[in-house]
Amino acid sequence: MNTDFTHHQSAHCENGVASNLLRHNGLNISEPMVFGIGSGLFFIYLPFIKVNHAPAISYRPMPGLIFNRLAKRLGLKIKRQKFASESSAAAVLDENLRNNIPTGLQVGVYNLTYFPDEYRFHFNAHNLVVYGKTETDYLISDPVMQNVTTLTHAELNKVRFAKGAFAPRGQMYYPIQIPAHVDLKSAIIKGIKATCNVMLAPVFIVGVKGIKYVAGQIKKWPKKYGTKKANHYLAQMVRMQEEIGTGGGGFRFIYAAFLQEASVILNNEKLKELSAEMTVIGDLWRDFAVEASRIYKNRSTQNDAYNKVSDQLLHIAELEGAFFKKLKNAIS
Amino acid sequence: MRKNEVPQDESNLSKSNVKELCYAVDENGNYTTELSSGWEPKAIALSNSMDDINERIELAKQQIKEGKSSPIVYYMERSRMDLGILSSYVGMWQWRVKRHFKPSVFRNLSERILEKYASAFEISVAELKNFKTD
Repeated sequence: MNTDFTHHQSAHCENGVASNLLRHNGLNISEPMVFGIGSGLFFIYLPFIKVNHAPAISYRPMPGLIFNRLAKRLGLKIKRQKFASESSAAAVLDENLRNNIPTGLQVGVYNLTYFPDEYRFHFNAHNLVVYGKTETDYLISDPVMQNVTTLTHAELNKVRFAKGAFAPRGQMYYPIQIPAHVDLKSAIIKGIKATCNVMLAPVFIVGVKGIKYVAGQIKKWPKKYGTKKANHYLAQMVRMQEEIGTGGGGFRFIYAAFLQEASVILNNEKLKELSAEMTVIGDLWRDFAVEASRIYKNRSTQNDAYNKVSDQLLHIAELEGAFFKKLKNAIS
Repeated sequence: MRKNEVPQDESNLSKSNVKELCYAVDENGNYTTELSSGWEPKAIALSNSMDDINERIELAKQQIKEGKSSPIVYYMERSRMDLGILSSYVGMWQWRVKRHFKPSVFRNLSERILEKYASAFEISVAELKNFKTD
């Protein structure tokens, strides 16, 4: 079984799967568009949840949310299924492939054999598309990879039933209904509004306030936890921000690309200016990563270095605070 | 980030011939995409994480040698798991898994329970039972 599916590489897995599946179904929509309309830009700091033995910091919303919001805002219907048993999960997937439906799956990363070993962590919010099946293998389009790849039947079962936080429980999804005409303009405006609201939310661990809070905490890390642990925390933060899937700068560059595309569709010059501004902010996030990497590379203990990255982060938070206010005004 | 500034450093990705997609602006200020082979600050962060894991594995070995913990701890660290993930894989409460970290409790575990751990770690029960500390 083999469906006629075209693979496009993307920066982030969920946007990529959404964009690839929709393109396959005749709705030509880019990855930044999916990300922007689905309000993918986010920041949350959860010090009481530990990921890889460091406080959880996320630059994206809960898995599945981007695609769901996109579907709602464009009026698409997506079918999502979870399964109690591996055999029924495999049977339903096979049935889909027989009906020529490429299918999106939520999977765990740890057993994805085509990933470099260093990238295999227990992270369960990865997404890929299965577009065919042979005697031994499933044909896989993983949007963060340059080319299509394969997993054996047993391997795919394993990643679909990975355990831990966000366990996928075999989750599969695919669009079942796409309207002939979609209203991109109003969807873009809704997407931008929601992003502004969450980034400016009056909650101390979310959005711009969350970034400010982390900046304050970073200063205290070396004293509170010792150099080693503080360095580990900082390294984990940079990984969340820059690792495959973010497109760099904690998704800021993808978002800037979205704003540029949106400025053309909405015929709004202001959005183009704001796109350039977001690019500058993205570059500042990159500078923060460079400075942070110096700290954990040298294993340096000077509080000075921690104060410096903390100030960088505060500066970013201030710029973003002003930015999202301007963005909100630009579309209202 | 400008297109010509997209980093092309050596990394664990480039070793496996994998490149990731980045968004960057071209000379006219328009967004486009470019492949990146890796970026040093990320490579350092990743190797920092790997060092951390290896240290945890070594520490677990040491503690088994000293009779302070059971082989489950070693295999948990080696599989890059923590207590929450392991308890979810074996389908037991965290406090129960934690109890099995004690060598005295581990010694009396039933085959059925050991089988659960072994399959979570993708090893045989014999490997789990006869842990060699050297």
